[in-house]
Amino acid sequence: MASRRERVRIGSGAGFSGDRLEPAVVLAGQGDIDYLALECLAERTIALAQLRKQRNPLDGYDPLLKRRVDMLLPIIKRKGIKLISSFGAANPLAAADAVIEIAKRQKLSVKVAVVTGDDVFGQLAADNIAMENGKPIGEFGELISANAYLGAEALLPALATGADIIITGRVADPSLFVAPIAHHFGWNMAELDRVARATIVGHLLECAGQVCGGYFADPGLKDVPDMAHIGFPYADVDSEGNAVLGKVEGTGGSITVATVKEQLLYEASDPSAYVTPDVTADFSGVRLERLGRDRIAIAGGRASGKSPLLKVSVGYRAGFLGEGEISYAGRNALARARLAGAILRERLDAIFPELRVDLIGSTSSHGRSFDAAENPYEIRLRVAGRASTAEEAGIIGEEVEALYLNGPAGGGGARKLITEQIGIVSTFIDRGAVTPQVTVKQWCHEPATI
Amino acid sequence: MSRRLYDIAHCRAGDKGNTSILSLIAYRDADYPLLVERVTVEAVARHMRGIVNGEIRRYELPKLGALQFVCEHALSGGVTTSLALDAHGKSLSYALLEMPID
Repeated sequence: MASRRERVRIGSGAGFSGDRLEPAVVLAGQGDIDYLALECLAERTIALAQLRKQRNPLDGYDPLLKRRVDMLLPIIKRKGIKLISSFGAANPLAAADAVIEIAKRQKLSVKVAVVTGDDVFGQLAADNIAMENGKPIGEFGELISANAYLGAEALLPALATGADIIITGRVADPSLFVAPIAHHFGWNMAELDRVARATIVGHLLECAGQVCGGYFADPGLKDVPDMAHIGFPYADVDSEGNAVLGKVEGTGGSITVATVKEQLLYEASDPSAYVTPDVTADFSGVRLERLGRDRIAIAGGRASGKSPLLKVSVGYRAGFLGEGEISYAGRNALARARLAGAILRERLDAIFPELRVDLIGSTSSHGRSFDAAENPYEIRLRVAGRASTAEEAGIIGEEVEALYLNGPAGGGGARKLITEQIGIVSTFIDRGAVTPQVTVKQWCHEPATI
Repeated sequence: MSRRLYDIAHCRAGDKGNTSILSLIAYRDADYPLLVERVTVEAVARHMRGIVNGEIRRYELPKLGALQFVCEHALSGGVTTSLALDAHGKSLSYALLEMPID
């Protein structure tokens, strides 16, 4: 058995903001882990958090942060596990205050290191170019947030403070895992091949349950055991960045060569050049080996460069989405739903030239059906369109509801919905223009003396 | 009965903006050469017409027995402002797997 010095064990406690809470508790309590990283920021999450912060300066961090920390704090304090998370979202400093309030209530001491500097809203101009279409970002709509993807180097000074909890805003997902590995082994971040291998480990862990059979199962062909109690993964990483994946004995799910391959390739838009702030990693030489049940070894990754630029996610107001839905069932359901869609197009065309009409149960997901003999027993009609005001977006739901008295026979279960849309575009910023900072906040619990 | 990709390979869809990224992983390494031969960029473009409206790039990963397809203009304008229900195109993996292979 390798000693702690020779390998470090990193657990993955969340793969997105809304991820399940219990698996991280199991991992912290029974996983014998050194670090627990929780990835909590999808592309749009931070823009939505920025809107909450505008309404309330004490808010703007992850909505589940308090519940997660409430469950995890006593365990990580008892076991000496360091917790790292992007759950600071748009307000990492307020998130630290929320953690300290929990520590006070639980009568525990806590030291929190907060990484800021990702918010570059003040540094961007409306004429910065969007990488998606080459147009100035100011043309998309009212801008509400701009956050640069920080890398592991921004987290290293925070880890050096010895804090129990490291809270960040926007950080590249794999970097949340690269940082503790690099910190543990005291790596020079300019030695890129090791950083690339750690990045691959981080990429495999960043979606938590997804490497343990989550989002993999297909009954009869890709069966996954006990998915109701799926465990989250950890990696045992050596000083060269090679790793073995595993999960807590007795948890559900399974880690196999196939689940690891699916996660390795997930969202890699060039598998030989996976760009993060830390390194550009090449997955094409990765070797996977099954060492035992739920134990897969990963080796063979290398670096193919390092970008001088950091990606910036820019959020903007994109108007309002109006939706309406209604169901048709029984004989000729598909034809009645199509008739309802055609009626709504005529009624709404003047206001919503881009109206979308979906036949759920037939063509809503792929625009057409690959099933030639299609004869669905029931169809749900969905109509959607965008408007600049909530009132106008609401017209769609009103017209769908009015199908009750003014549409085809047998429509039922009408629903209407209005949602404000936040769009995201990406641009780049020079590394040198972004200055990460670390702020330490702590609370020392002193037991009452008589 | 003719086989479909579903019978010999698995797939997961990912997204970046208006781009859908589809992995295609052979269950058995022995089937990887068949994927390389049959599942060309042209074949995927034909199969996914009306879904993918931009360029398709294919990456070969022989060590993993997998192909990776990067499909541009595949998400009705992009995840965050699409009017589609499945704005991320998460279910597109199963559209690719419908492709006949024999």
